[in-house]
Amino acid sequence: MKTILKTLAAALAVVAVPAAAQTVNAGKYQVIIGDCEGCHGKDLAGGVELQTPFGKLVSSNITPDKDTGIGNYSAEDFKQAMTKGVAPGGKRLYPAMPYPYYAHLDDRSLTDMWNYLKTVKPVKKSINVNQLRFPYNLRIGMLGWNAMFFHPKPIVQDPAKSAAWNRGAYLVNGPAHCGACHAPKNMFGADKSTALTGTSLQGWFASDLTGDRHAGLGAWSVADIVEYLGTGRSNRSMASGPMAEVVEYSTSQMSNADLTAIAVYLKDLPPSRGNGGAATGVDVQMKAGAVAYDISCAACHGRDGKGSAIFPPLAGNANITQVRADTIVRMVLAGGKAVATPTAPTGPGMPSLGWRLNNDQVANILTYVRNNWGNQAPAVSPETVGRIRGSLRSGS
Amino acid sequence: MQHPSRALSRRSLLASAAAMAVLAGSADGKSLSGTVPWSPFAGEPPRPVNPLGWYFFNPGEAATIEAIVDRFIPGDHLSPGGKACGCAVYIDRQLAGAFGQASRLYMKGPFMPGLPTQGFQGDLTPAGRYRLGLRALADYTNTTYKKDFRALTAEQQDEVLAGLDGGKITLKLKPGFSSKEFFELMLQNTMEGFFADPLYGGNKNMASWKMIGFPGARYDYRDHIDKHNQPYPNGPVSIYGQV
Amino acid sequence: MARLLPKKDAVIVGLGWTGSILAQQLTEAGLNVVAIERGPWRDTPTDFNIAYVQDELRYAIRKELFLQPNVEAMTMRNNAGQRALPMRDYGSFLPGHGVGGAGVHWNGHTWRFWESDFQIKTHLTRRYGAAKIKNLQLQDWGVTWNEIEHSFDAFEYLCGISGKAGNIKGQIQAGGNPFESPRSREYPTPPMQMSYAPSLFAEAVKGMGYHPFPTPSANLSEAYVNSLGVRMGQCTFCGFCERFACGNYSKSSPQTCVLPVLMKNPNFEARTDCEVLKVNLTQDGKMAKSVTYIDATGTECEQPGDIVLLCAYGLMNVRMMLLSKIGAQYDPVSGQGTVGRNYCYQTSSGARMFFEGKHFNPFIGAGSMGQSMDDFNGDAFDHSKVDFVGGAGLNCVVSNGRPISNRPTMPGSPRWGAKWKQATVDGYQNSMGFSAQGSSYPVRENYLDLDPSYTDRHGRPLLRVTFDFPDNDIAMSHFISGQMEKITKAFNPKFAAVSRIKKGWDSVPYQSTHNTGGAIMGGNPKTSAVNKYLQSWDVPNVFVIGASAFAHNAGLNPTGVVGALAYWAAEAITTKYIKSPGALVHA
Repeated sequence: MKTILKTLAAALAVVAVPAAAQTVNAGKYQVIIGDCEGCHGKDLAGGVELQTPFGKLVSSNITPDKDTGIGNYSAEDFKQAMTKGVAPGGKRLYPAMPYPYYAHLDDRSLTDMWNYLKTVKPVKKSINVNQLRFPYNLRIGMLGWNAMFFHPKPIVQDPAKSAAWNRGAYLVNGPAHCGACHAPKNMFGADKSTALTGTSLQGWFASDLTGDRHAGLGAWSVADIVEYLGTGRSNRSMASGPMAEVVEYSTSQMSNADLTAIAVYLKDLPPSRGNGGAATGVDVQMKAGAVAYDISCAACHGRDGKGSAIFPPLAGNANITQVRADTIVRMVLAGGKAVATPTAPTGPGMPSLGWRLNNDQVANILTYVRNNWGNQAPAVSPETVGRIRGSLRSGS
Repeated sequence: MQHPSRALSRRSLLASAAAMAVLAGSADGKSLSGTVPWSPFAGEPPRPVNPLGWYFFNPGEAATIEAIVDRFIPGDHLSPGGKACGCAVYIDRQLAGAFGQASRLYMKGPFMPGLPTQGFQGDLTPAGRYRLGLRALADYTNTTYKKDFRALTAEQQDEVLAGLDGGKITLKLKPGFSSKEFFELMLQNTMEGFFADPLYGGNKNMASWKMIGFPGARYDYRDHIDKHNQPYPNGPVSIYGQV
Repeated sequence: MARLLPKKDAVIVGLGWTGSILAQQLTEAGLNVVAIERGPWRDTPTDFNIAYVQDELRYAIRKELFLQPNVEAMTMRNNAGQRALPMRDYGSFLPGHGVGGAGVHWNGHTWRFWESDFQIKTHLTRRYGAAKIKNLQLQDWGVTWNEIEHSFDAFEYLCGISGKAGNIKGQIQAGGNPFESPRSREYPTPPMQMSYAPSLFAEAVKGMGYHPFPTPSANLSEAYVNSLGVRMGQCTFCGFCERFACGNYSKSSPQTCVLPVLMKNPNFEARTDCEVLKVNLTQDGKMAKSVTYIDATGTECEQPGDIVLLCAYGLMNVRMMLLSKIGAQYDPVSGQGTVGRNYCYQTSSGARMFFEGKHFNPFIGAGSMGQSMDDFNGDAFDHSKVDFVGGAGLNCVVSNGRPISNRPTMPGSPRWGAKWKQATVDGYQNSMGFSAQGSSYPVRENYLDLDPSYTDRHGRPLLRVTFDFPDNDIAMSHFISGQMEKITKAFNPKFAAVSRIKKGWDSVPYQSTHNTGGAIMGGNPKTSAVNKYLQSWDVPNVFVIGASAFAHNAGLNPTGVVGALAYWAAEAITTKYIKSPGALVHA
């Protein structure tokens, strides 16, 4: 019985409050906002692989281990790395570490964060971070990259907007680094602009977050966005893939006030140029798609496309009508799993249908769901499905 | 149907990969903690059988089985016959696979004669039962009619099958495997082939489902649940989406 | 030599309904729990793919989700005078396998037993006198309705059961089952919509003065968020329910109700493809110290734990006790010993009616979509003028129209050939049925023990089932068949047939996977293997949870009771046992 009693004792024990608890707790919250665990792992010891167009990067160990982590950093070293992308000794970090966003963190937040990271359990784990292809593996190149693309301008407060909007602008463009995924990239991997109009990423399409009605969040309310970020699901969509991790490690642990701020800001973004509009001249595809949808999809998503309390709707679901169909093609072929959070613990999954549906059938179904029930988006071609099928098979 | 051992090993792989990703320390085997395992393309979708050739039967056996399934399910205005529907191909593929090898069953001895309430107690696998049964059937028809079963007239074939069904004909089999049991095995397997999903080799063009009005692999009848005593308007669908 | 693993607070054998409920409750109370499961991990999106789960051959005929006899078989005989032989394929009943257990492929009928069941001996003796039940080994369960009602409620709100209450706190509710014992509140979700056959049934029996009501169903009538915050979908009447896993999260199961929350709890660990061989006791045999299992790689491991919970299928719980020498083997001759005692089953019969020009659409179905009546169940009717006790629930449930197994033809039709085809076409749309699920009461000579001849793949003796329908139950069932014949007349069919049960339980055709007893609960350690909290009288840190604890079987499906017992035992462990480990009831 001893172990049981020990467990209970541990559960009931009052944790001693360290003197600097306040800054540590605030720092922990900064780590949450910054989604550090998303790349550095739950234990922050790194080793998470990141596929980039330039090769593979592996996240570093940011626990306070002296040999393999950042245990030898000073507070100043930490701030330099976070805001300038420069590690001790002048080593240039790659912008997969989103220092262009973290550059907006104020001094207080950085201090809190540092104080928290010092309290994390040190893990001895050596990481070979740089597995990029030549010449991208030469860190010296980052000097030029920074010169060209790294011009952090302070996020200016707009007194004409609400406090929530301003907080949202700071979070989205600063520590929460939404643009790292949702802003289109140029050929150097830098944000083309700060506009969150969506982009392809690791075999997914990171959605358009602007106010466009079909491709963006135009049809979502502030409450929809808050629920989505806070729980991983709303009546409009569910988070899966890379966004599932963002929800799990970051947004689901953020305060309601911050989530509301993000939502208020996003809802105020001007619409993008949209997704290219409804498919035209696709009667044959639509007809075949309707039949196939009825057989393969309706039992969960409903003939009316409205989904249910457990399954996401396809009607009015912005993920369905993005300019590119990467995410939904992938979902149909390989299946998917929604994030599970403490407030929405179900995490339902979509089964893989790639074994059953050929490229034409997938294209027909998706063209149909992208252009039915009020949805409007360009057709999906069998070639697109074939290309994505190939890339999923090869695991890239 | 996939061979169970292969199914198991793929599933094992999946579970262990998931375990590696999620598990901190602890015991061997498939230890899962902290998350619900999931991976893309997970699952064991069935693979359609190759419709060509014979995997288990020799040509004589195949011809006999084709004749038998056509007597069990004669072609008429309701449906094509058992042979045209692929029932013999279905049985062949089943016997060549896990079913034929009795791989699911308890096959440890001692094998002793049992009571009817104790079920089949023979030591032969289904594949072994067909091999022995078809040989004994050939012996019987050659002795009685001087012909192989397949060369008999339809009436004679029915006579033999009815004799086995009714216990009037006893083939030379072996203890623990009666002629009636052989008949029941063939009838059961023929009906399986006729009514199972076409991917297994029988029920070609979903003929049996169309015959009785079974809509097959459809998964949602919410729009018809309250339409009492009204015919269901949609035709069948197969697992591979054939309509 | 077995590999010795670090100790856990609780070791659970089997991760089905009871294992997952116990694990969830115990981890929530702060215990470190490991569940060791013989079969594979299984989950909805990965293994219950909605595009191939509707495969009758694979799942209903080849029984892919079930326990395979090559993994564990059982031997059977109808009486001690016969030689038991192995059921080389499972037929009459089909135990589950893998994570979720039989909770994956059940139909979803979710009943409560009645107040009179828990004190059946007291109740029947009071009403009819001791002589009426002298040939039966009936006994009280040691727990009373008022004690356990909230545990039924907990299981139903975990599952989201769709139904209509018949008795809320003593107030009879219109449209519900007036014979049920008082419940504290309404079902979590409303009854399912009904197809044609159950609607006709309800109309017909209502016209005869009976009390039909919607069968309480774990196929949900609407989307639901359960007591753990997990969401479920609405049943789509696909007709692939029993023997199948649900592809769209609309049937309650450990996967759809418990595992999403349980698996996230860092205090919990599941080990799959690991087969427990036995529970190891201390030298004096008074405490369990660990379990030995073979892991997925074939390595023998020893997992120590402070508590061992046997949460396998009821029959396997009994076998595990016998293999581990937890309690003494029941002897039907002397009546001594408790493990193996009061094995019961189910006493069923069926009615089928044939019509002309109908469209019953039997494929529009769900495991529990139907109408039931309890007018002839349990002790709902007066038994003083009949020569039996017990009864049967009548159920008109349309679970499926899957054609390999379900294609009724008019009695007298041939089984093959041209005439068979026509009869099949005629029967498929034109016939409906209903069934009686009868009680099964214990007698001295029905029991479980270890087989002396046959062994499993690890060389351990198989379980031996010695069972036949007792005379009492046959008399009951024939009475019920007579009532069913009367009921069929109300439908005015072209033809009706009602089956009549015979002596000589046949292990081949499917009947029911409602095997109960063998490690029954009770108030007396001489006649029960576990106490009212499902705790072994002999080894108090072992709890045995499942239908193995039923002191008899009623004319109702067991899963609702099994779920309630799981919550009941969990409560005893978390509120009583961990505060003061040891026997919770002193004999």
